[in-house]
Amino acid sequence: MSARAMTARRPVRRHVRRVAVSIVIVGLILALILGLALLAPWIAPADPTRQVLMMRLKPPGTLAANGQLYLLGTDDLGRDLLSRILFGAQVSLAVATLSVLVSTLVGVALGMIAAWLRGWVEVAIMRLVDIMLSIPAVLLAVLTVAVLGPGFFKLILVLGLTRWPRYTRVAYGQTLQVANLPYIKASELAGAGSARILLRHVLPNIAGPLLIIVTAEFGLMILFEAGLSFLGLGIQPPAPSWGSIMSVGRQYVERAWWIVAFPGGCLFLLVFSVNVMGDWLRDRLDPRFRAR
Amino acid sequence: MARYVAGRLLQAAIAVFGVLTIVFVVMRFSGDPTLLLVPEGASQEYVDALRVELGFDRPVVVQYVDYLGDLLRLDFGVSVVQRIPAFDIVAARIPYTVLLAAGALFVAIGVGIPVGIAMAIRRGGWLERALAGVVLTGQSMPTFLSGILLILVFGVVLGWLPTSGAGDLDTLVLPSVALGALSMATFARMARIAIVDELGKDYVRAARARGLSLAGIVGRHVLRNAAIPVVTVAALEIGNLLAGAVIVETVFAWPGIGQLAIQSIQSRDFLVVQVIVLLISFVYVATSLLADVAYGMLDPRIRLAR
Repeated sequence: MSARAMTARRPVRRHVRRVAVSIVIVGLILALILGLALLAPWIAPADPTRQVLMMRLKPPGTLAANGQLYLLGTDDLGRDLLSRILFGAQVSLAVATLSVLVSTLVGVALGMIAAWLRGWVEVAIMRLVDIMLSIPAVLLAVLTVAVLGPGFFKLILVLGLTRWPRYTRVAYGQTLQVANLPYIKASELAGAGSARILLRHVLPNIAGPLLIIVTAEFGLMILFEAGLSFLGLGIQPPAPSWGSIMSVGRQYVERAWWIVAFPGGCLFLLVFSVNVMGDWLRDRLDPRFRAR
Repeated sequence: MARYVAGRLLQAAIAVFGVLTIVFVVMRFSGDPTLLLVPEGASQEYVDALRVELGFDRPVVVQYVDYLGDLLRLDFGVSVVQRIPAFDIVAARIPYTVLLAAGALFVAIGVGIPVGIAMAIRRGGWLERALAGVVLTGQSMPTFLSGILLILVFGVVLGWLPTSGAGDLDTLVLPSVALGALSMATFARMARIAIVDELGKDYVRAARARGLSLAGIVGRHVLRNAAIPVVTVAALEIGNLLAGAVIVETVFAWPGIGQLAIQSIQSRDFLVVQVIVLLISFVYVATSLLADVAYGMLDPRIRLAR
């Protein structure tokens, strides 16, 4: 924000600052989770897949005979829960980031093309969007993953390719609006090609509303990955994922609450922070919500 | 009105057709759909014979036309694993899922709408901020997490409620709350936005100027007008609840179609999975059709705009 905009906003500055505090906290949580995930190979106290059958289902804070401390306890196969959660964070963030990337690329490209070319291309793409949106996404993802079989990259592709229609809708509507503005007509007259106009002039102008969708979808993708892994359709054992750890935890919930509680808490904190961030972005970027 | 309904019906028909096509395509992603229908470890001869029997050796276009024809006659095929019609297997589980979805909808509307109203009326106050926290929590809590936490607290620690299976009414409580939590957040948000929109209108200001209390205006006028968008959300949420049932039913061992879907994937009984996906998608399309029609009936501006 420029200095002038700040001065103009002085009367409501107290309000602005109050909003900022919660955003700072949420930003710190996100940075912390990201940092821990990236540093997992160096800070994890144990190999996340190493089983110690003598140490099954030990509660948090257990000190093993060899001096190893199990800060968050162990799971049903005696694996260190803290290490599994740290490496699980990597999985969660990687799957969410990459699948959002896939659906953004596909969805935005199709939306801009539909709005730019009009005609039968527009009809075909937007009909497909309507149809895709009439199947519950969770269900489509479950079916596709089940048919294809599990796997890291398959999971990303499935999540990415089931969630693109929302981006297409927004990109389409926004591009339609922008395409009629004088400066787009001017660059067309100046001889710029379609690709250049769409990427250099249209895309930056529709990026705001798209960013709102990206954040909302990022939170949703984290939940999808965890949900599919919980059902046994996502990340496969022994690789750690918060969802699959919790599915083990469900079985032992009566004897070992920590297996569910810690990854569940992390998952909640991550998605909650992403959602708060998303709401804040929407308030800042979407003029329709500013008045509310 | 007839024109509006006809237009919506056509759209729904196209959506159903599209859903059928997408499911057909996805079932062929693996290369050989025969392999999706046989139990693990089936002999090669058996697979080959079954491929011919089911017609998967014919050209894809022929298979597609055949598939659409069968579905038109409501023939969903016979489960290769269990040797009974796939639809019968699913139908036996439907009542449980309907019961669960109804319970969840009851929780979602019963909690969500009052919370939304309170947030709209107490806008900017501490109550709104506290409730906004509750709503955001509901929205960020995956159903399997809220489900397991409920089991932990009410089943294991307090021992008040049963945690798995379906039996008396008390078995319905925890799954309904877990499944309804996410929809609760949606209802609260929609109700809040709809009411805040209405409160900004001139007739509210006029009523205030005449000395009516805010509660009176909201109760008598605002809620009726704000109900329209909320009705639409209610219809759309039914579809989401059915999809969410896949996870909640697995957590609580609730014998509905969601649990059946996962069990059928594990036993590689994909015809059953296909029936469930089609069924839930149809309900999804049908409820959004009903929502649109209800919207048109409640608000003449919608149907006349087209």
